Amino acid sequence: MKKKLFTLLLLVAACATVASAQGRRGLRINEIMVQNDSSVVDDYGCRSAWVELFNSTYAPLEISSVYITNNKDVLNVSDPQERKAMMYAVPLGDVNTRIPKRQHVIFWADNQPTRGTFHMNFDIKAGQDNWIAVFDANGLDIIDSITVPATVPANATYARAFDGIDNEENPDQTWEIRDNSTESSYITPSSNNVIKDTNSKVEQFATQDKNGFAMTIMAMCIVFSALLLLCICFYIISKIGERVSKHNKAKSQHGAPLRDLPKDQHPDHDSGEEIAAIVMALHEHLDTHDRENTVLTINKVKRAYSPWSSKIYGLRETPRR
Amino acid sequence: MGEFFMSNLEQFWHLTGFYNATWEHFVMLAVGLFFIWLAIKKDFEPMLLVPIGFGMLIGNIPFNATAGLEIGIYEEGSVLNILYNGVSAGWYPPLIFLGIGAMTDFSALIANPKLMLIGAAAQFGIFGAYMVALLLGFAPDQAGAIAIIGGADGPTAIFLSSKLAPNLMGAIAVSAYSYMALVPVIQPPLMRLFTTKKERLIKMKPARAVSQNEKIIFPIVGLLLTCFVVPSGLPLLGMLFFGNLLRECGVCNRLAKTASNALTDIVTILLGMTVGASTQASQFLTAQTIGIFALGFMAFIIASSSGVLFVKLFNLFLPKEKKINPLIGNAGVSAVPMSARISNNLGLEYDPSNYLLMHAMGPNVAGVIGSAVAAGVLLGFLA
Repeated sequence: MKKKLFTLLLLVAACATVASAQGRRGLRINEIMVQNDSSVVDDYGCRSAWVELFNSTYAPLEISSVYITNNKDVLNVSDPQERKAMMYAVPLGDVNTRIPKRQHVIFWADNQPTRGTFHMNFDIKAGQDNWIAVFDANGLDIIDSITVPATVPANATYARAFDGIDNEENPDQTWEIRDNSTESSYITPSSNNVIKDTNSKVEQFATQDKNGFAMTIMAMCIVFSALLLLCICFYIISKIGERVSKHNKAKSQHGAPLRDLPKDQHPDHDSGEEIAAIVMALHEHLDTHDRENTVLTINKVKRAYSPWSSKIYGLRETPRR
Repeated sequence: MGEFFMSNLEQFWHLTGFYNATWEHFVMLAVGLFFIWLAIKKDFEPMLLVPIGFGMLIGNIPFNATAGLEIGIYEEGSVLNILYNGVSAGWYPPLIFLGIGAMTDFSALIANPKLMLIGAAAQFGIFGAYMVALLLGFAPDQAGAIAIIGGADGPTAIFLSSKLAPNLMGAIAVSAYSYMALVPVIQPPLMRLFTTKKERLIKMKPARAVSQNEKIIFPIVGLLLTCFVVPSGLPLLGMLFFGNLLRECGVCNRLAKTASNALTDIVTILLGMTVGASTQASQFLTAQTIGIFALGFMAFIIASSSGVLFVKLFNLFLPKEKKINPLIGNAGVSAVPMSARISNNLGLEYDPSNYLLMHAMGPNVAGVIGSAVAAGVLLGFLA
């Protein structure tokens, strides 16, 4: 019993860890403005540096208790508690820390943590490389980090070219400087870095597969291969099943395993009809019934007394005058 | 005082159905009544057509949409809108698939796995209709949603259209269910057309008995294999195979019974009624709807024909004693069990001792898997 309970607890813990890790891993630093002189203002009307975080998953993501920092010294500290004390902890209890799927939040790097959840306890200095990192709730695992180069001009941002995406083929093109100078370099606080007005997949099919031949061939191949795979798999399983049943039959009929019998004594596989005939014969012989629904029986039904079912307690007493 | 009475009565008059009725409402009410008549008098899929037909009546009672009564199915927060969420967010169809899985005996398919390929071939109806829909000027995502009617699977059609073309969902769902009800009318002429008398008389060997272990392994292996190939089919395939495992494992009889009876009945009622109610005249009576019905009809014809023709082709490679009766090819569409019943009836018509029902159930249930896989493919490519 204890063993089962332990296994169950272990499983629950493993699932919870995996689920939490999967969710948090989807958090991305998406856009950063270091020097904010003429860009967006916070809820106090002040302009400060800001860091935009993006939930790259398709599920809501709770980010309370993650840590944000620009202090690279935390990497040299091994004690988690000491580390945590050096970083900004996203507080618990604020509904706004739950980021909906594929959405953003902005944290102000203004060193004014008393102004609310989204005001951090550090600021970012212009004119130098700034390392920004987000740590998981244990204070040890880095979820995402980026170094903003000193070359980013004032009122420009260092942003991912595509929301939440690392360009693995050309890592240098993952991040870019955005300064509002062209249509593709708009600063986009709290909104998508790339604004899509069409479904690219649909567009691609509309332009490159106008008559639907490619879709038909690809899709039919996939459907056929999925069912063919299943077909082959069950062909093998049915052969194994057939072999096992023949083996069992040989053992019960001849008292010897199948391999010890000459080939002409190998039993045949019973067809469904043969089995149905055997079942019918047994049914007739034993006079058994599948269902007893219509069989009348005389059983004593005992109803134990309980005040919950007593009618007396269910009736209202006549009021006494 | 008189003026007060008059102005209030006038306001009330403006809220009534009589004041707000248009000819489109009456057309849709007539269609709803026709569906109910078909179901009750002609016994065409009554479980589907009664809820859909009555839903059409509910959805097409004229009312003043600007009065803020919050009663329409498309008005957020209304009771009908809350019930409709299962359709629009696509969670009724997987629940129906859970019930289908709990009801379906896959033994025929396990006993003769090559019948799965007929279920795959019949999905050509979907992609044939996709090509024609593109030709008619539908966008690829809309074409995909319409084409799935060819899978002859109502829940799959609703699931896919809710993701790819929510604005066409009412027409697609009604079209899919209507043609499923008309399977006994559509399929037999095609089956006669594409087969010779000699082929119709082919007698197939009785299927072997399938062990309990094989039945238990089937949903597990089926889920793993199909969903590894098409993960986007997971909601439908996952629930289908889960329901089947509940049925076959032998230790969850209560759950299997609930899934196949009470749960399926509840979801069918809600699904049918809300799909019917979603066909509001203003949204439903358009030229596009006519196009969808025409394409759906064509998809059904292609699907049924391709199943029959595939069996004929398959027979060329099979030894004489293992030939398949092409009359079971139509069952590759997933209208379970109507199309298998049609195979059986037609087989008996030509040879009263040729029972094809259990053989036809193989491609029939393979069609359910095939159409869910096809829906997953379309979703993966176009969503």
